[in-house]
Amino acid sequence: MLDVSQVTKSYSGADGPVIVLRGVSFSLGAGETLALTGESGSGKSTLLHLIGGLDQADGGQITIEGRDITHLGDAERAALRRDEVGLIFQQFNLIPSLDVAANIAFQARLAGRYDKESARDLSNKLGLTEQLSKYPEQLSGGQQQRVAIARTLAARPKLVLADEPTGNLDEDTAAQVLDEMLALVNDTGAALITVTHSPQIAAKMGRVLRLSHGQLA
Amino acid sequence: MTGAVAQALWSHWRRSPLQLFTLLAGLILATALWSGVQAVNSEARASYDAAAATLGEGQFDQITPRQGSEIAQDSYIALRRAGWQVAPVIEGRWNGFRLIGLDPLTAPASLSSVQPEEGFDFADYLREGPLSVNAESASRFAELTDRPLRIVADLAPDTVIADIGVAQALLRAEGMLTRLIVSPSQPLNLPELDEIAPELQLDPAAASADVGRLTDSFHLNLTAFGFLSFAVGIFIVHGAIGLAFEQRRAMIRTLRATGVPLARLTLMMAAELLLFALLGGAIGVLCGYGIAALLLPDVAATLEGLYGAQVAGTLQFRASWWLSGFAICIGGTALASSGALWRLSRVSVIETGRAQAWRALSGKTSVVQGAVAAILLLAALIFANFGHGLIAGFSLLGCLLLGAALLLPLMLSAVLGLAQRVSRSALLQWFWADTRQQLPGLSLALMALLLAMAANVGVSTMVSSFRLTFIGFLDQRLFSELYVRADDAEQAQALQDFLSPRARDVLPIVEEEWEVAGLPTELFGAQIGPSYIENWGFLDASDNPWEETARGEAVLINEQLARRAGLWVGDEVLLSEGVTLRIAGVFGDYGNPIGQSVVSYSLFEQLAPDAMPTNFGIRSDAPEALTRALINDFGLRETQIVDQASIKALSLDIFERTFTVTGALNVLTLAVAGFAILMSLLTLAAMRVPQLAPAWALGLTRAKLGQLELVRALILAALTALFALPLGLALAWVLLAIVNVEAFGWRLPMYLFPADYARLGLFATAAALIAASWPALKLSRLPPADLLKVFSNER
Repeated sequence: MLDVSQVTKSYSGADGPVIVLRGVSFSLGAGETLALTGESGSGKSTLLHLIGGLDQADGGQITIEGRDITHLGDAERAALRRDEVGLIFQQFNLIPSLDVAANIAFQARLAGRYDKESARDLSNKLGLTEQLSKYPEQLSGGQQQRVAIARTLAARPKLVLADEPTGNLDEDTAAQVLDEMLALVNDTGAALITVTHSPQIAAKMGRVLRLSHGQLA
Repeated sequence: MTGAVAQALWSHWRRSPLQLFTLLAGLILATALWSGVQAVNSEARASYDAAAATLGEGQFDQITPRQGSEIAQDSYIALRRAGWQVAPVIEGRWNGFRLIGLDPLTAPASLSSVQPEEGFDFADYLREGPLSVNAESASRFAELTDRPLRIVADLAPDTVIADIGVAQALLRAEGMLTRLIVSPSQPLNLPELDEIAPELQLDPAAASADVGRLTDSFHLNLTAFGFLSFAVGIFIVHGAIGLAFEQRRAMIRTLRATGVPLARLTLMMAAELLLFALLGGAIGVLCGYGIAALLLPDVAATLEGLYGAQVAGTLQFRASWWLSGFAICIGGTALASSGALWRLSRVSVIETGRAQAWRALSGKTSVVQGAVAAILLLAALIFANFGHGLIAGFSLLGCLLLGAALLLPLMLSAVLGLAQRVSRSALLQWFWADTRQQLPGLSLALMALLLAMAANVGVSTMVSSFRLTFIGFLDQRLFSELYVRADDAEQAQALQDFLSPRARDVLPIVEEEWEVAGLPTELFGAQIGPSYIENWGFLDASDNPWEETARGEAVLINEQLARRAGLWVGDEVLLSEGVTLRIAGVFGDYGNPIGQSVVSYSLFEQLAPDAMPTNFGIRSDAPEALTRALINDFGLRETQIVDQASIKALSLDIFERTFTVTGALNVLTLAVAGFAILMSLLTLAAMRVPQLAPAWALGLTRAKLGQLELVRALILAALTALFALPLGLALAWVLLAIVNVEAFGWRLPMYLFPADYARLGLFATAAALIAASWPALKLSRLPPADLLKVFSNER
């Protein structure tokens, strides 16, 4: 499903180029779950951004279902994010001016895959039925992350990328949200990559890869 | 996808109605002020065109009497018999209307007012004698007469056209004409005019008053003011768009992360703004119509008073200013949003959606802004020293105002920084630092206030200086107690004989069209005596200007002629072959569009022996008794006598109305700036909570925070007013010393009016206080739970 091969990435810093990824390679099959761990600055989020088409690699190759996404233009990468990949962020990134129902439907509508029944089902499973007419600012952190998860899964992506999805939540809520997310991802048959610092979360994934100084340890 | 993105974009405005209101209000105000001024201009110009079309003013040569104001019908008949293709015209006032009598059979066909429409029956026309008026005047005119009315759409306002016989009857001037229109095609071997009617003269078309050209400067000034008001409105729009884009950064990031292509997003946001511009433009043009309807009567009075131009007192919707309103609204929106759209097109999808523009001025931004301000002010300096013409004058104004506006936040920041450094108490230090932090968010509104106040100071200084100068000028020039006009030379002589034993002095007022230094000039002959010597003042003069002029050795010229011909005191001018005179004085001649020269009466008689005085200024210690004697004993008609007081009153009345327009625009511009401050404070109020919460947590009450918000607005407005004062005075100087000279040919002395400025400063700070009171009240009543949220991670 996903092949990452010898991917490199660097940014220009105040003291010259900062190498973030130094030839990272791994593969992921459909329906598999993977935890990316490592110390701060090890390149976890950058790798996730490259896979999600948010940024472009300097070298190497990333293919999703056999299609090389490394050299896609802005519009093609936007289409990739819209149609094939789902992103879940630590900061939730909901649209503050849309209510919960519209937020959940948003990406599915963009991808042309909005199904009212399945969105309602997702809301039920995530305990959001009572919150549909509320706005993000009226929800707790856990509820906001549930909305973000529902928004991503309602679009039925093949690959879900989650960047510390429970980093802003307390321990109990985090565990609860993670379990719900894993169950739903499992239901849709999508592959999942989660960036996390937490050994407990990593333990719940099918595989764990550890990054250190831009390389797989 | 488009629908989903549109819903997301629109949801922001739905959730932020105040911001939407600010944006639309800015667009509406900017467009309304601009299109209001355009509507007034276009209505005035349409009236000039209608006047020109009515009488062929500026199109045809005309024959007029050398003396007096009437032509005997016999002279017209003699000219026609001699082969001259001329058309008679009689003109006079009738019940407040300008009544013009024309002969439809002989008038040139290109006069729209006499062009017969299809099916026009001359026999009916001559039999019934209908009166032609435009639709607007028809209803008022219908009450005055039983005669049939004919509607002619492009006729000038308050003007009635009738057959010559009908007009003569209405004006009770049978057998009299006022002028003759000369057809462009004349037969060969035509006898000279002097041979047939020596009492008449031929005025070439070019010598006729071109009202459009004369009033161009006035309209240019109005347009400049309209543009300034528009700029203030666009400042509001820029602020609203900038804030909206900043607040939507997180949303934009999410949209892009979820797969909306950047190009589509940029296009949709541009389309969204276009929609707002169209909506704001439409409402703005309608409001502009309202403003124009309010201003037009005063503008019409101004134009009639200053230039004698007739302007319709009511408005019509014209496509030109409708389109110009839309164009400037869309253009202004594009200008105001270009920066935000450009930033959007460059923002990286992996950047966090944090607000940047509303942070404190970064070092780099300050440097760039300061550099642009310095360049603009330098350009203003160059225009002031080396520029020529009106365009350079207005470029100077533009550079000066924009440069000063850009400099304002930096100056305020420096002052606030200084206040912070010298403050001892922690509260004051926090207050100054916090005020400084608000500057980027408030700077656009403060710039708008600066421009509005500077415009107020500048224009009111100009108007008040003009008023003082003009009153002095009236006292100087209208020193005779009475002014009388004789019908002809014979009556003039009899009048002089009658007045000699009864008046203190009888001063002939006689002029002849002349050419001085290659420029058309009015040459006056003055019977120089104590009256002139005591009353006339000079801008510059030799030691004994009157004595030299009285001896026939020197000439006095007005400022217009001096500036246009590059002459000044001590220079010599050729008046006639063998007559070269030294300029002994240059006098102010405010409001006169052309040059004037004054020589002694005896020299004038030599230079223009045919010119006979028919107008006289009379010095008298008992003007009322003398008026009665002139009417009862001499038999002069009442209309031939005008007393000084009524001329002065009329002139001052015209003058007072002249600047009502700029006064109204001043108030509107200041109101717009006050609105900008209110909107900025309200919009910032929500963003202020995280900044104020720590101060609240550390022991400041909400009421205290609210009071400090009020004080902050007061201080910022007062500081802006302080900066606006020198800027406004510089603006006044440019208007008086540069723009006025370029536009009218004379320079006004500049006076200062500290009490007016103090009142304006109080008004501006009061406006800021009122604008700040609502956000301050909201803050003082903010639920503690909202402040607490700042410290939780649930916000």
